[in-house]
Amino acid sequence: MQTFGWPEAMFIFRAAGWTLLLTVISFAIGSIIGGAFAIMRLSRIKLVRNFAATYILVIQSIPVLMVLFMSYYGLSIIGIELPPFFAASASLAVYVSAYLAEIWRGSIESVPFQQWEASSSLAHSPAQTYRYVILPQAIRISLPPTVGFLVQLVKNTSIVSVVGFVELSRAGQLVNNATFQAFQVFSLVAVIYFAICFPLSRLSRHLEKVMNASRSH
Amino acid sequence: MQFDPVLAESDLILSGIWLTIWLSASAIVLGCSLAVLLVALRTLAGRWAGIVVDAYVELMRNTPFLIQLFMIFFGLPLLGIRMSGVEAALLTMTLNLGAYSTEIIRAGVESIHRSQFEAGVSLALSRRQVFQYVVLQPAFARVWPALSSQFVLMMLASSICSFISVQELSGAAAIVEQRTFRSFETYIIVTAVYLVMALSLKVFLLWLGRKLFPQVSGLSRLDAKAEAA
Repeated sequence: MQTFGWPEAMFIFRAAGWTLLLTVISFAIGSIIGGAFAIMRLSRIKLVRNFAATYILVIQSIPVLMVLFMSYYGLSIIGIELPPFFAASASLAVYVSAYLAEIWRGSIESVPFQQWEASSSLAHSPAQTYRYVILPQAIRISLPPTVGFLVQLVKNTSIVSVVGFVELSRAGQLVNNATFQAFQVFSLVAVIYFAICFPLSRLSRHLEKVMNASRSH
Repeated sequence: MQFDPVLAESDLILSGIWLTIWLSASAIVLGCSLAVLLVALRTLAGRWAGIVVDAYVELMRNTPFLIQLFMIFFGLPLLGIRMSGVEAALLTMTLNLGAYSTEIIRAGVESIHRSQFEAGVSLALSRRQVFQYVVLQPAFARVWPALSSQFVLMMLASSICSFISVQELSGAAAIVEQRTFRSFETYIIVTAVYLVMALSLKVFLLWLGRKLFPQVSGLSRLDAKAEAA
């Protein structure tokens, strides 16, 4: 039986790098899809609006685990075989998109509607209104909850081992299976997650305070 | 797509649904009780109790549910505490939801104005009575929407318990998948079931909130008046 030593710890640290990469890539893909859904959710066309609303509601009402399974098997049924890392990123991106869409919709809606009127009276097109008037304000408002969601995302990357990818949690499991020193192994894994998530949580809370301060003036 | 082989295993799926409901309901009741206890400790007991509660909350909120589950399921037996998968799942869910609810209820308690405490004390209520009737109940009413969505998230997160082969809905799905080799069909059905359960839970919690806190609309009206004045 192996004991839990440096080589095992290094294996776990390397896996933490994969967790970070997975977070960054799924967030990047998810934010593009999520942004599109946020704007669709606010569309003037009822069908588009309802479609986006249904998408968000459904993804938010099923477990992330099921989102992973569905997008993974769904992709393979339409004949797309992705390597585990991309399958995991793509599946997580679906989950990310629904939550970001909802957060960003709220942020866009909380920009006062007079801003829309002012912009259109300056003869801006809808695209220009979004680009120059609404989004710069909405992005500021959306920062605290978006960073807060990032914490949820980091934590939820822990379950992508179901699509066959070895990240931090899976690495912990593998080392535990070899060493049976669950406490040491999972403590290290937990500490690494904490070291990633805690600063993000604090940042989110800090941003919230800063934003509130600027609004009350 | 063939749904028949999956539907033939509906007994297994039904028992999975039942276990998911049981786990979620128990975790909500236990987790909420734990949270109320911790908030009371944080509000009424000394500074050190507050620091310990805060540390617990931050620890649980910044580590994945899965790792907490592994810690309890694989770690505790090394200390001589043995428990079945279902027990470990319930304990982890309670501790996890307890931490999130503590944070939410604490925010509610902090939103109660100081003058309310003073009014309670001047009516000769005891510290415990003030906490229960003047602080806790209105605080609960205010944070009920946030608490409700946390409950729904917990119900959805219970699917992670299938990682330690607890046969709740996701665990049952994994077995059905192995027996029938119909992965996509199995997960379509199970996902639909989760969807129905989550939406029903949302509606139920909305109804429960109206039943438990009928005064909440009146309360917010009073607040609005106070702010206008």
